[in-house]
Amino acid sequence: MDANEPFLQMRGITKTFPGVRALSNVDFSVRRGEIHALMGENGAGKSTLIKILTGVYPRDAGRILLDGRPIRPRSVAEAEAFGISTVYQEVNLIPHLSVAENICLGRQPTRLGKINWKAVGARARQALARLEIAIDVSQELSSYSIAVQQMVAIARALDVSAGLLILDEPTSSLDETETAELFAVMRRLRDQGLGIIFITHFLDQVYEVADRITVLRNGERVGQFETARLPRIQLIAKMIGREPEALVAAAEPTAKIAPAEGTAFLEAQGLGRRGAVAPMDLAVGRGEVVGLAGLLGSGRTEVARLLFGIDRADSGEIRIEGRRTVLASPRRAIEKGLAFCSEDRKTEGLIPDLSVRENIILAMQASRGPLRRLSMGRQTEMADHYIRALDIKTPSPEQTAGNLSGGTQQKVLLARWLAMQPRLIILDEPTRGIDVGAKAEIEKLVARLAAEGMAILFISSELEEVVRNSRRVIVLRDRAKVAELAGSAIDEQAIMHAIARHETEKPSSGGPA
Amino acid sequence: MRPKNPHPAGRREHGAAARLFWPLAALALLLAFNFVFTEGFFRLEIRDGHLYGVLIDILNHGSRVMLLALGMTLVIATGGVDLSVGAVMAVAGAVAAVLATKTNLPFGAVLAAALGISVVAGMWNGLLVAGFRIQPIVATLVLMVAGRGIAQLITDGQIVTFTDPRLVFVGNGHLFGLPFTVTIVAAALAVTWALARRTAVGLFIECVGSNETASRYSGVNVRLVKFLVYAFAGFCAGVAGLMAASNIKCADSNHAGLYLELDAILAVVVGGTALTGGRFYLGGSIVGALLIQTLTTMMYMRDVSSDVAPVPKALVIIAVCLLQSPVFRGQVSGLVRRGVRRLRPAGGKAS
Repeated sequence: MDANEPFLQMRGITKTFPGVRALSNVDFSVRRGEIHALMGENGAGKSTLIKILTGVYPRDAGRILLDGRPIRPRSVAEAEAFGISTVYQEVNLIPHLSVAENICLGRQPTRLGKINWKAVGARARQALARLEIAIDVSQELSSYSIAVQQMVAIARALDVSAGLLILDEPTSSLDETETAELFAVMRRLRDQGLGIIFITHFLDQVYEVADRITVLRNGERVGQFETARLPRIQLIAKMIGREPEALVAAAEPTAKIAPAEGTAFLEAQGLGRRGAVAPMDLAVGRGEVVGLAGLLGSGRTEVARLLFGIDRADSGEIRIEGRRTVLASPRRAIEKGLAFCSEDRKTEGLIPDLSVRENIILAMQASRGPLRRLSMGRQTEMADHYIRALDIKTPSPEQTAGNLSGGTQQKVLLARWLAMQPRLIILDEPTRGIDVGAKAEIEKLVARLAAEGMAILFISSELEEVVRNSRRVIVLRDRAKVAELAGSAIDEQAIMHAIARHETEKPSSGGPA
Repeated sequence: MRPKNPHPAGRREHGAAARLFWPLAALALLLAFNFVFTEGFFRLEIRDGHLYGVLIDILNHGSRVMLLALGMTLVIATGGVDLSVGAVMAVAGAVAAVLATKTNLPFGAVLAAALGISVVAGMWNGLLVAGFRIQPIVATLVLMVAGRGIAQLITDGQIVTFTDPRLVFVGNGHLFGLPFTVTIVAAALAVTWALARRTAVGLFIECVGSNETASRYSGVNVRLVKFLVYAFAGFCAGVAGLMAASNIKCADSNHAGLYLELDAILAVVVGGTALTGGRFYLGGSIVGALLIQTLTTMMYMRDVSSDVAPVPKALVIIAVCLLQSPVFRGQVSGLVRRGVRRLRPAGGKAS
């Protein structure tokens, strides 16, 4: 057999969910002894592809060849039997069991029906030795760092004589040294001939460790590339589907523009939180739409959480209308005229058991306190008003909100915050998962609200949308602000360029006062 | 991951009335059974201008669980549970009995002290749950165990009997021809309903129970809401404790309210409020408490030995809970449909 013959070949994989084509005719292949990065934005189809490979979903069409043999795994266990192992983002282990027990759980060697503890320990040590890690396997797992736990998870995965290892966002909870340790292990395994599929949203890490890259977008394969031959800017362009032609030669478009004195509604200086966002400056003026652009995981939502008082900043300060303010809780932020429409409407937005009416009036009622209850008449009036104004498709205001479609739920949440008549609204992915018509409506609404004097922080992973709606754009990469564009300097190329630039530009700001 | 089939938007809203259907139906069925089979169940007579009879006894004896269930409903609606209410009843009874016999405090002060201590007990639970984020079941277990010890300390390990006619009236008196306890329950229901539904407190409780994170992000003071429901449950337990002690004219720290927290939780669940929190139904909880008391009384009247009485009781309660489960109802109707199909001649047009 040709040595260059791919170990894993997926050909023409297609998968359709009701109403959505998640993957169409996707090819994907991994060689022995390579680290292959699978890249793509949200909804690109990465996780669907992996789930088909690991037997979680059945495929609608296409073939999977492993070592030249066609396979059709129907469960994770079957996939493991074929030698395909997965380590998920969250460490899926049991913290209070020992390392050895975790590695052997569910397949303990037994003798006469009793667990052979000696063999358990030996097998665990052997599995870890493959990673060249020597730790005491009889210790409780939770006594080790997250990085070591991650290694244990890998050791567990490899215990079943794996030929292919899938690492899904393995570095998201690791710090720099831990990441380096993990990469050392990955390289070691690669050199032992293992094929590794590496999924991450950290660009730097891809360039550090991956040999080849496959990019998916909207359920289709954009291409497969040698990492060394794919400049960063090209990779980003392929992930978000824009051609960067003009921009290679383009001059540095970055222009830092501070809003004119006195016009900023909210101004943050050196605002940051360790492990979430590096200290950054940010200002939003009245009637201004400021976009926050960046790839998935670049820290967009983290910034919103700091501003809205969900997470406490550990550096910097926030001024609202020039006055220094500590936003210690969402309640306090709301008092100050802020509103936050979360990207994760299921867990952070919607109250599923309550009616559309109750969901809409909730923030308003919360700000009035329990005793000054809005009369039923006022409530119905408000609900009806927003159902009409935002064209919320519900049979009645009394419909249970949990039963509505995603786009409708999004509008209900928007209504909840608009009813507050906030002075600054943070819209985190307001158009995600909703149809084109509703998107246009929401964009129109954003423009109208800004014209009425509302300050808007607009977060979106769709660059096109950010460019179209924002007067100023703050670009984030790897949890730090890398550029700020204003006026005519805003275009997709400039944003991509800022994201791609390797050196992180230090935000030039006075530190915390 | 993706919803396979999002609920059609036109689905009908299940209101409080719909939720009350199954517990009410079960209660009606029990009463009908007793109307036919249990002699004297529906006999009412008037003595000294007061109504007497089995139905009245059910109202009277069910009053404690009904009161506990009111407070428990709000706690459960926030996604919590309060295991300590039975022990708090004992504490309230002990405080009232000791103060009424050993001091010359005016009656109002005795009541205020007993209820005040109950509220403090509830606030303690609230502090643990809302302030220190201890799981409700663990946080209230503390007082469930310690409460009876505290009651013993207050009574010095004795059963304290009292004769104060006003204190005795609470659990034995009559008003409007009915036991006074019925008036207390009616008043408590009215007050609880008004507090929950005429203010926004009910909305806040339901949204905290349904999605705590989203509630916090919408500006709801989640911790205050949780704190208050436990304090209120303590208050309800205090009233129930006074009724229980008054009824037997003494404070018995070992037995007052023993296991009643479980009956209260059961009443709430039978009444349609989910243990996971969210929507709550005060009326449902009252019906649930009545259902439980009817069962108890009926076992007693039909000479079912108290050793086996819990078994039929459990069966009825399981039946009610199953009937409320949409999954169960779906499976039953599916079975019925399949059975009907099988009975039809094969090859028929039916498909």
